[in-house]
Amino acid sequence: MDEVKLLGMWLSPYSYRVIWALKQKGIAYEYREEDLSNQSPLLLQSNPVHKKIPVLIHGGKPICESSVILEYMEEIWPQNSLLSSDPYERAIARFWIKFADDKICGTKGEEQNKAIEESLEMLKTIEEDALGDKKFFGGDNISMVDIAFGGLAYWPGIVEKVVGTNLLEPHRFGRPQAWTKRFMEVPEIKENLPDLRRIVKKEN
Amino acid sequence: MVEVEIAKSMAEEVKLFKTWSTPFGLRVVWALKLKGIPYEAIDEDLSNKSALLLQYNPVYKKVPVLVHNGKPISESLVILEYIDETWKQNPLLPQDPLEKARERFWAKFNDEKLLQSIWGVFAKEGKEREEAMAASMENLKFVEEELKGKKFFGGEKIGLADITFGWLANLICVFEEVTGLKMIDERFPLLLAWIQEFSQHPIIKDAGPPHDKLVIKYQALYEKFHPAK
Repeated sequence: MDEVKLLGMWLSPYSYRVIWALKQKGIAYEYREEDLSNQSPLLLQSNPVHKKIPVLIHGGKPICESSVILEYMEEIWPQNSLLSSDPYERAIARFWIKFADDKICGTKGEEQNKAIEESLEMLKTIEEDALGDKKFFGGDNISMVDIAFGGLAYWPGIVEKVVGTNLLEPHRFGRPQAWTKRFMEVPEIKENLPDLRRIVKKEN
Repeated sequence: MVEVEIAKSMAEEVKLFKTWSTPFGLRVVWALKLKGIPYEAIDEDLSNKSALLLQYNPVYKKVPVLVHNGKPISESLVILEYIDETWKQNPLLPQDPLEKARERFWAKFNDEKLLQSIWGVFAKEGKEREEAMAASMENLKFVEEELKGKKFFGGEKIGLADITFGWLANLICVFEEVTGLKMIDERFPLLLAWIQEFSQHPIIKDAGPPHDKLVIKYQALYEKFHPAK
């Protein structure tokens, strides 16, 4: 099989999306941690347009943008499928992945009240419209949508560390909270989460 | 024979909610026409959205929305992929996964970078506008580079990326006319050539919307963003 490399960053939810998908599909890969303030020549060469991670390099060919990478992976390695084969189900999944991209993108731990407000709105939408009573967004098994929302699983922990508030209060958003627990129990996910102890709280 | 035809047309009911001017809705029109799919167009008034639109797109409440046999799909790029997977004639995406990834990458680039930077030139003032212009030039350079050796972004035929960049073919000239600023000039010969090829395609040419009507609309919008002092 052609060599697989992943250029990532330990705290980026987009980076983790690709890791989780690689693990789910049982694909061996070499991981390289990037310093985004000092990008490697390989990163700059592989992603000259955005100069960002994640970048998947498969057989020497780079693929950029996490949602594009995930679709590519689904086609190249169809085992443990992360996307339905039904066009309508795929459209629904892609809609939620775009929603996750739009809403989670740019929400860093340092963001203030506005981002938190928007996030709460987002969680409400997710609870009502996307998840419903399902175990995972993909149904009984995790799918690309769960992976796209996966940053939600550990990011409130970051917010709590940096800003000091607990975003996912149990009584407020029951279903995303329950989903978060189940998601983090999936072995491939559990073994691949950022070590939050590495975060130092920023003093204002 | 007639019964079969009626059954067939009932089986494939396609509706498209859009506005007369939305470039995102126009993408879907192009895709449907390129594949020869009959559809019913419903032009919305965004200041007075229909109950149906709100029902079909409760999350964003936006156009375009494609409704296929009663099932709604929102977000133009999601709709384009759905159309390509449901109706296989005249494919918008290539077979090769790496080439597919490339098309999807550039479609995202347009929506997340290029569109925003050019809109910034149109809508902003002063320093913000200068920054938007600089970003636009950078972004256009990347797009120009991508066209090297190709007639269309999709190669010999129009594909997903072409459809996504397609707004450049009918809206840039409107922006340039209204703002008095030239954005795609002789520094971008490949883009200029692509705009010609794309605009002249019979499906694209006939799809509208009319240039004059767009100028009036964007002129009014421009005056809102830049009130005379």
